[in-house]
Amino acid sequence: MFYREAGDFKTSYSEDGQTFPIKFDRLRFYAVLAVAFGVIPLFINDYWANAVAVPFLIYAIAAIGLNILVGYAGQVSLGTGGFMAVGAYAVYKLMTAFPEVSIFIHVILAGLITAAVGVVFGLPSLRIKGFYLAVATLAAQFFLVWLFNKVPWFYNYSASGQINAPERTVFGVFVTGAQTSAMAKYMFCLVILTLVALVARNLTRGTVGRKWMAIRDMDIAAEIIGVNPLTTKLTAFAVSSFFIGIAGALFFAVYLGAAEVGESFGIQKSFLILFMVIIGGLGSIFGSFAGAAFLVLLPVFLKNVLVGTLGWPTDLAAHIELMIVGGLIVVFLIAEPHGIAQLWRVAKEKLRLWPFPH
Amino acid sequence: MNDMSDGYMTADGRQIGGVLMELKNITLKFGGVTAIENISFDIREGEIRAIIGPNGAGKSSMLNVISGFYVPTEGEVWFKGYKRGPMKPYEIARLGIARTFQNIALFDGMSVLDNIMTGRLTKMKKGLLAQAGWWWTGAAKEEHENREKVERIIDFLEIQNIRKTPVGRLPYGLKKRVELARALAAEPKILLLDEPMAGMNVEEKEDMCRFILDLNDEFGTTIVLIEHDMGVVMDISDRVVVMDYGKKIGDGAPTEVRNNQAVIDAYLGVAHD
Repeated sequence: MFYREAGDFKTSYSEDGQTFPIKFDRLRFYAVLAVAFGVIPLFINDYWANAVAVPFLIYAIAAIGLNILVGYAGQVSLGTGGFMAVGAYAVYKLMTAFPEVSIFIHVILAGLITAAVGVVFGLPSLRIKGFYLAVATLAAQFFLVWLFNKVPWFYNYSASGQINAPERTVFGVFVTGAQTSAMAKYMFCLVILTLVALVARNLTRGTVGRKWMAIRDMDIAAEIIGVNPLTTKLTAFAVSSFFIGIAGALFFAVYLGAAEVGESFGIQKSFLILFMVIIGGLGSIFGSFAGAAFLVLLPVFLKNVLVGTLGWPTDLAAHIELMIVGGLIVVFLIAEPHGIAQLWRVAKEKLRLWPFPH
Repeated sequence: MNDMSDGYMTADGRQIGGVLMELKNITLKFGGVTAIENISFDIREGEIRAIIGPNGAGKSSMLNVISGFYVPTEGEVWFKGYKRGPMKPYEIARLGIARTFQNIALFDGMSVLDNIMTGRLTKMKKGLLAQAGWWWTGAAKEEHENREKVERIIDFLEIQNIRKTPVGRLPYGLKKRVELARALAAEPKILLLDEPMAGMNVEEKEDMCRFILDLNDEFGTTIVLIEHDMGVVMDISDRVVVMDYGKKIGDGAPTEVRNNQAVIDAYLGVAHD
């Protein structure tokens, strides 16, 4: 009964354009923020941080980034893993070269470097579309991984070919390295995710977002109403790569601590994040969160049920888990091709009228 | 053509201004096919100019030349007193030429409001960083100022109730109206309408005629339209260009054109010898 628009009159365009026009949604959003910032950090332990919370937060950043490119601007990309690697190696080089500068600034700079690389690999999008563009971005994936393996300068000539995150602090608290507490990792990623989501929402609600969507829906008409396809596609690549680069930097520095490029940022990573975006919902910020949550939480949940509750052997459970996740993805996409975000929208529309059917 | 250097008075007493666009000896060839052959005419400020002709006469090609989408093989286009060189389509939008399409070209994934807001892209100057800041950098303010202009157009075209509906869900007649709204949002100097009444029933046609006349009257927009419905064309336009096989066969007020022998021949057919 309280999920209603009736009687809630908007008297300014600013109120009409807000992200959560229904009061209940708005309160729920503030409640989620309060729990994420105020409650979870008090109870989080190493298992929850490493298995669930931190990967979810980092994948959500990457999914928002990819969603801007694929969902909003309509340019398919399979180079996500490669761009995450750029972010990771950029932050590694910055951290080792300028140890006195804050890691927060390094992460942002790593994003900017990735944005520049993304623009270069986005150039083919001006001439090719759809599947052909996907194949072109695949080249980025393989080239970048090869580059970081081949040129020792990128891993500071270390014997193992790995990169290891040195210890860095924010306000005197360790956020990278072995001494980092679960809470510090979680909070550092959460703050960055919140900023990323805010920027993504602001960009997609205004002129820039409309240009992206216009290019996605009908590029010729977009051009005739005054959208420059060159700058529009390249800004989509830049912004998307910026977020993906940040995700890559956090994935390496905060989550893994040590990384080998082919293993951590291979083609599987590109597919994983593309699946998140498709399952979550193309062209939706909420969908990016939902998709990341689905693909991070589901395997953990299944593992706990199969091994923990049913007592199956771990290797069997691991295989069954892959089959179940794969099967669910197929079922999901048949039942709702527009993803979890669309399910959510339909549910909200029903809820607005509930308990009346029409 | 008659000398009308300072404009003219229409039959219903509106004053039409000077020349806004002049097309001089336009020829357009696609390989061996000549779509337009040596056509000249002008478009004056504030008038409703129709282009008619049988199928395949080259009307849509002519509209594409006016909009700058096609660069003519020969001839010149003068706009606001300057000769127009070859341009990219998005640069033409900035000159103040907006158009609608014969088969609707809306952005199906976006709401009606967002579609119309895209019409104002050329007026909105805030860059990427300002957009990211939204409340603190004035992007929100710019958005709301432009929203107000768009709301005026929404009121004008009577589509308030579908503001937030995704365009993909709308029926054909309404889509046509939304497309007109998007073109109008750009506050164009010249509005090009490619068959605005195609596929509509009588009522929808009457509505559309009313909107076209009203917007010409209220905003003083210069309109160039292609239409097949002769009744509509003769009723609402001030001057008509008649094309047949890529050539101009008539030009003038509706009454003149209607009595032109070449036009009658083209439409009713005549035995060639």
